[in-house]
Amino acid sequence: MAQPTAIGAETAIGTPAPGRAGTVPWLRIVVGVVAAGIALWLPTYYPEDTTTVFAQVFYLAIAAMGLNLLTGFNGQVSIGHGAFFGVGAFTSAILVVDHGWAIEATIPVAAVLAAALGVVIGFPALRVKGLYLALITLGLAVLFPRVTAKFVEGPGGVPLLQPKRGQVASYYPDLLADDQYRYYLCLAIMVVLFVLASNLMRSRAGRAMIAVRDQEVAASTVGVNVAGVKVASFALSAAYAGVAGSLSVLVDRVADAPNPLTYFQRSIEFLIAVVIGGAATITGPLLGAAFLVFIRKRFEGTEAMAPALLGGSLMLVVYVLPDGIVGGYRRLARRVLASRRPSDPATPPPSSGSPPPDHPPTPPDPVADPSPS
Amino acid sequence: MMIFAATSGAQLFFDQVMNGVGTGVIYASVALSLVLIYRTTGLLNFAQGELALFSTFITYWFAHEQGLPIVAALLASVAVSFVGGALIERVLIRPVEGASSPLNVVIVTLGLFLAVNALASLIFIKPGQEALQMPRIFPTGDLALGIRTSTVGFAAVLVIECLLLYLLLQKTKLGLALRAVASNPESAKLVGINTGTMLMVGWALAAPIGAVAGSLAATRQSGFDASLMQQVLVYAFAAAALGGFDSPLGAVVGGLIVGIADSLTIQYVDALDGIELVVPFVLILVVLLVRPNGLFGRTIVERV
Repeated sequence: MAQPTAIGAETAIGTPAPGRAGTVPWLRIVVGVVAAGIALWLPTYYPEDTTTVFAQVFYLAIAAMGLNLLTGFNGQVSIGHGAFFGVGAFTSAILVVDHGWAIEATIPVAAVLAAALGVVIGFPALRVKGLYLALITLGLAVLFPRVTAKFVEGPGGVPLLQPKRGQVASYYPDLLADDQYRYYLCLAIMVVLFVLASNLMRSRAGRAMIAVRDQEVAASTVGVNVAGVKVASFALSAAYAGVAGSLSVLVDRVADAPNPLTYFQRSIEFLIAVVIGGAATITGPLLGAAFLVFIRKRFEGTEAMAPALLGGSLMLVVYVLPDGIVGGYRRLARRVLASRRPSDPATPPPSSGSPPPDHPPTPPDPVADPSPS
Repeated sequence: MMIFAATSGAQLFFDQVMNGVGTGVIYASVALSLVLIYRTTGLLNFAQGELALFSTFITYWFAHEQGLPIVAALLASVAVSFVGGALIERVLIRPVEGASSPLNVVIVTLGLFLAVNALASLIFIKPGQEALQMPRIFPTGDLALGIRTSTVGFAAVLVIECLLLYLLLQKTKLGLALRAVASNPESAKLVGINTGTMLMVGWALAAPIGAVAGSLAATRQSGFDASLMQQVLVYAFAAAALGGFDSPLGAVVGGLIVGIADSLTIQYVDALDGIELVVPFVLILVVLLVRPNGLFGRTIVERV
């Protein structure tokens, strides 16, 4: 069942869609600086609950990036990442509530424990692929709240741990309010982890991950340790989700499992963020997480409306925007560029006769043709 | 009961087995619908439980709002589900069929999972309503030997389902075409079978079986809500994995085994108290690792 993924079929990530080789990508720099400025300025402008919502976007984006590393880049489908998220959340909550740790110190522990569970699941994943792997991870996500309920006691048999307000407070109360502190911490960790992911995917290891996704047999013949790459991807991906879970305790001040499906629903949320943002892209998970939180906030009062819309958009995206928001943007950018190129003297036209401006753009790009054999 | 007082241990065991058969029949039904879809379209439908839930709500609606007797309501729901299943295949599933990527299948079925569950709550559960009550189909109480009437009734329903399915698949031209498409879509196409229609029929058949399973599951509980089928789905997947994803017989046997195993675990294994869900999970894991084609499934030879 070694099929290539249709979604995110590009082989190189971060393909500089608009920029040309050799020139400074001014557009990207400007967008980056503006985005950074806005991100730093937001919590000074918005009230506490809005800042908290942004922080939720960040930790969801981290979890989505984790899933993206595994599913988008490595081709292993998981619908159980909520369990890794939960391991992170409960690890942090237990250490903070029962053992008096500082929550910041629990984040690495959460990451390590989640990664350990990731390795445990990663090994059967070597033999079980595709939809069957999804099935196993589904079981993991459904099982997790039960197992937690066995070890964590809470009111009404529902596991629930709540750090005190002071335990998730700002370290520099004079400088930053609690909500601002949490926001900046989540932002900083997210930026670090996203840069890490971006660099990883440009490295030898990252190319090995993609090679395993696209052609396992071919990857192994050129010397990629397929089993090692797969298990490592699982561990890394789980660690990201664990960090996200840990941060969720910081932001929401609770780790709980109100119903048996909580963590399965979380898993679906991560998948939504990845797929709608754009699988196998770096910015996709963040955009997807923002979309997810926006929909959830917008329909907060009406219980079932948000899942109905999210489910609908999840299906819709497969039909109309198979490579997500980021992929759609790239295709658009390429199309715009292709129509502009003939009038651009800096780049000679690719073929001798420059195509007419209204010529349908058929560049030999791997994204616009999501049907690799 | 008094005559069994001396052998209450044996009686308890027997009761638990019968209890397991009662739930096992429901798992078997859902597993059967999973298998039908797997055989025709080659995909694991993670939304099957939620589709069954929606059908269950339809049964409830016919029985409660329209005042039909419960059996008539169930039959009406079966008819609606048949059409609904066909429509869903045609509109939503067709684009991802034969897709090389498992991710697309997962996405669409999970999207369906979320959307159908949410729609069911939006449409059928009035604000403030906690749980709905499904009228009983079979009378409460024991038939004989401490076996509940409902257990026997459920088993009878399953037997009828299997019989109808067997007749359809083995004795009709439509069934022959369905089996042809399941075993080799390309050759089926070459001999003039409209494979598209057959895939649609596969979904159309699966939905009513789910409808029956959901409605029966609802009658077993004092009240049901939108989470009715979510756990059942995990058990049904375990049953289908155990029996082999392409074997209807396997689904039935698997469902009964899973149901009985679950019931005995709850009774006798204190260490797993509250986490009986470990049983289907481990079952899925072990079967997929050790014998991926299950007890009754065909070995799939993959050509590279």
